[in-house]
Amino acid sequence: MSPKREKAMVPQAEFRSYYGKPILKPPAWKVPDVPGYLFLGGLAGASATMAAAATLTGRPELAKIGHLAAAGGALGSVGALVHDLGRPERFLNMLRVFKVTSPLSVGSWILAPFSGLAVAAAGSQLTGIFPRLGALAGWGAGALGPAMCTYTAVLLADTAVPAWHEAHPYLPFVFAGSAMSSGAGMALVAAPVASTRPVVRVGLLGAAMETAALTTVERSLGVVSEPYHSGRPGTLLKAAKVLTATGAGLSLFGRRSRVAAVAAGAAYLAAGICTRFGVYHAGVESTKDPKYVVTPQRERLAARH
Amino acid sequence: MGNRLSGPLDDPAQDAGYPGGHPPRMGFFTDTSVCIGCKACEVACKEWNSVPEDGIDLLGLSYDNTGELSANTWRHVAFVEQKVSAPAVDIGMPTIGAPKQTDDQSGDRDGVRWLMSSDVCKHCTHAACLDVCPTGSLFRTEFGTVVVQDDICNGCGYCVPACPYGVIGKREGDGRAWKCTLCYDRIGDGLQPACATACPTESIQYGPLDELRERADRRLEELHEKGVEQARLYGRDPDDGVGGDGAFFLLLDEPEVYGLPPDPVVTTRDLPAMWKRAAVAAASVAAGVAWAFLGRS
Repeated sequence: MSPKREKAMVPQAEFRSYYGKPILKPPAWKVPDVPGYLFLGGLAGASATMAAAATLTGRPELAKIGHLAAAGGALGSVGALVHDLGRPERFLNMLRVFKVTSPLSVGSWILAPFSGLAVAAAGSQLTGIFPRLGALAGWGAGALGPAMCTYTAVLLADTAVPAWHEAHPYLPFVFAGSAMSSGAGMALVAAPVASTRPVVRVGLLGAAMETAALTTVERSLGVVSEPYHSGRPGTLLKAAKVLTATGAGLSLFGRRSRVAAVAAGAAYLAAGICTRFGVYHAGVESTKDPKYVVTPQRERLAARH
Repeated sequence: MGNRLSGPLDDPAQDAGYPGGHPPRMGFFTDTSVCIGCKACEVACKEWNSVPEDGIDLLGLSYDNTGELSANTWRHVAFVEQKVSAPAVDIGMPTIGAPKQTDDQSGDRDGVRWLMSSDVCKHCTHAACLDVCPTGSLFRTEFGTVVVQDDICNGCGYCVPACPYGVIGKREGDGRAWKCTLCYDRIGDGLQPACATACPTESIQYGPLDELRERADRRLEELHEKGVEQARLYGRDPDDGVGGDGAFFLLLDEPEVYGLPPDPVVTTRDLPAMWKRAAVAAASVAAGVAWAFLGRS
């Protein structure tokens, strides 16, 4: 459906406002810092878990790629988070308390040890120093990996931003799926073709999970679904879906052709970036128009009376 | 977790850990039916709290050239001009005000009414900004109000999209989050907040929340008796989505007309459900990767 046709088909919702001005403040976060932080964190988390699984099943070349991707993603994620702060020199204040009511506090307590462990594991892998401690760090990062993939979904959903909050049952699955296909994407790009079978499976699972969850978000939230399929976020998320499908399709030829494997991996990684930026911008858009605040709240009030 | 995330809560200060004997919960009752839009509250607030100037703009919408609450605006007087089918009921407003309307075009007794309302941080019973703050910079005071500690805030900005009212903001150039403190430095010394002190019509009333609620109920009854059917209280009800506001209002139209959300809910009400879903999703990642690697190759 083209955006133009869509506009004509959906009747203008009736709502009142203060001169059409927004009720909510748009997120004060920076772009590309925060969507980048979401993407890199997911990539790192999935990669660390895949590295642990590869170690367990005797696939050292996949384990090495996973450790390196986890360390690189984690460092990038932390860097983006610190750069986004209004007072970066106070980053450590994130760790002065632990608050379960703050997904950013919980997230910092996941991200900080994860990053340390992932970097230690990769460092040991590269240099050969302290192999046992390095392996132990790898297991630790692998265990924290799944949490890295999903806490950022709670981080976005636990706001008043309509498009994020209303999507809270589905966002963790969008992010989990996206992280898995990103992790698989990195491994497809870097790994020798003969060893990619488990990676292809991770990618396919992730692609299926992300596509299903994203489709639910786009369809089931009433007026709040609108930002997910219109404007810039709509374009980004459409691109994400096409790229995910492309990656999944190409990955099936990944064991025969190095070119196909690399192309599949690149498509998955690009899809991951598009998904995070798309979801981020959909949220921002939903704060700019008061109808996304007033209309659902009015419906809620009407249903109560 | 010891704190309750939503629903009615008698004493948020006690819930936050203050021992018995702490002061009563203090708040604002802003009776917009007597607001004259003078903006003395905005000026007094800026002066007392040394809030920086944030642009002298003409917004071209109304007599409101402030626009919204933000890091640099802790009181904001909204100004609404509405066409009404009959002159407003006399509720004791000064008679100088809306321009006289000529009858020739708009039919009998058509007129204009002005709605003015001084908006402020709501100091919610369940404050999302405070809940999501990762540093503990935002805290509950012994008066039950919500305050940012500027020496702790690292400018993560999480409180900004968490607020269901769009109150708190990040200050450009400074990087930290700022909002109304309910004049924490004044009320501890037994003074009134600057805005309430400056308000010439007692539209902004400060006091113990229990007393303010009683006073507001009486005022609402009085207005209804006088035929002002549209008068309603906003943020007074402890059963609402934020557990009631520490700063609540008497409005003369629907909240969204003043730029207020009609049914705000503290986002952390759903946080337990969110963590559960995230845990299930994380478990799916672990199970999926395990299956992919352990399966036949």
